[in-house]
Amino acid sequence: MVVATTQPDALVLRLAAVRAVLDKVTDPEIPILTIADLGVVRDVRLEAGRVTVVITPTYSACPAMHAIAQDIRAALVTAGYCDVQIETALAPAWSTDDLSAAAHAKLRSVGIAPPAHGARDKRALLGRDVPCPRCASHQTERVSEFGSTACKALYRCRSCLEPFDYFKCL
Amino acid sequence: MNDAHFEYVQRLGDNALILGQRLSAWCGHSPFLEEDIAMANTALDLIGRARMLYTHAAAIEGLGRDEDALAYGRDERQFGNFLICELPNGDYAFTLVRQYLIDVYHHQLFLALCASSDVMLAAIAAKAVKETAYHLRRSGDWLVRLGDGTAESHRRCQAALDELWAYTGELFAGDVIDSAMAEQGIGVDPVQLAPVWREAVATQLQDATLRKPRDDWQAGGGRAGLHTEYMGHLLAEMQFLQRAYPGLKW
Repeated sequence: MVVATTQPDALVLRLAAVRAVLDKVTDPEIPILTIADLGVVRDVRLEAGRVTVVITPTYSACPAMHAIAQDIRAALVTAGYCDVQIETALAPAWSTDDLSAAAHAKLRSVGIAPPAHGARDKRALLGRDVPCPRCASHQTERVSEFGSTACKALYRCRSCLEPFDYFKCL
Repeated sequence: MNDAHFEYVQRLGDNALILGQRLSAWCGHSPFLEEDIAMANTALDLIGRARMLYTHAAAIEGLGRDEDALAYGRDERQFGNFLICELPNGDYAFTLVRQYLIDVYHHQLFLALCASSDVMLAAIAAKAVKETAYHLRRSGDWLVRLGDGTAESHRRCQAALDELWAYTGELFAGDVIDSAMAEQGIGVDPVQLAPVWREAVATQLQDATLRKPRDDWQAGGGRAGLHTEYMGHLLAEMQFLQRAYPGLKW
């Protein structure tokens, strides 16, 4: 979000209040991540009592996006914002580089290997070197290119023998 | 409204939807769990892509139709997908060889469309190209694994390839809509995609120990709405609920 420095402080504070509400909305499929961690909130606008939240889809058909839009609306309405508009922006396309640093640590803490940085690098997309989120060993192998959600692949660590999810690089 | 622009985007959506519908039929029937998930996920990506393209096409048309109206409210003759997308799944080799041939095509196509002067189409393409790169790795791997696998898997792959080859010419046979869109910087002239596609496919077929079929008679007509006998049945199943209960929602 870009907030011009010339904006009145009151608006900045009101936008911050909306942001604070949005920060409590989590991904329905990976609930440890907030939508802020995911980097799917592209803009927040306040105009004449209306709150407009612009989000971008992670995957073309990520089923969670619909739920996220509903959850954003519910959270804002509960917080007293009655007029809520949710818009979708496709450009620029979401990338796993949009995940926050906090998101990487959170993913690791629940045993999900975070995506390698530099998603635009094709080797990263194809997951050539994925360290184990539990023992950090690089001796890992891919079990399945697709996993429990659209954004994950299934891997196995050959050092500690644990299977784990890998958040695909996109 | 720009008719050619609408048609161009809509039929990109048709390819994604019809192939996605075919792939989704493997859900619960694939040979093992990982493949079942892969098929369903690939189908999901394609249907998601179709939704974005249809929504965009409907906005270009400006008549108040939405993605559902385009997916469920049109008849066979109004669909402009390639025939290869609507062919029945056949055996697993057939589904995967088809997927590979289309993945290579889509990867080239969406790479080029990232530079479209239609910014929305370019945004959809930017997403599609990343997802397709992922699909392509899997289908390309399978082509080699099955082609260079057992005698039986090789035989099935070669048979699938021989049958599918006649449906690949249509991918590069541009029509007036393609030319108009390429001229306006919105679309891509598919003829330009052919050399890269042919080279990539030839290399992979060699790795897979498969023989490239002869360039013989080629099927066509899908883009003009002239479909195979399978298309009507596919639509009947896919559209049933919205036809019986128009506007029905979850």
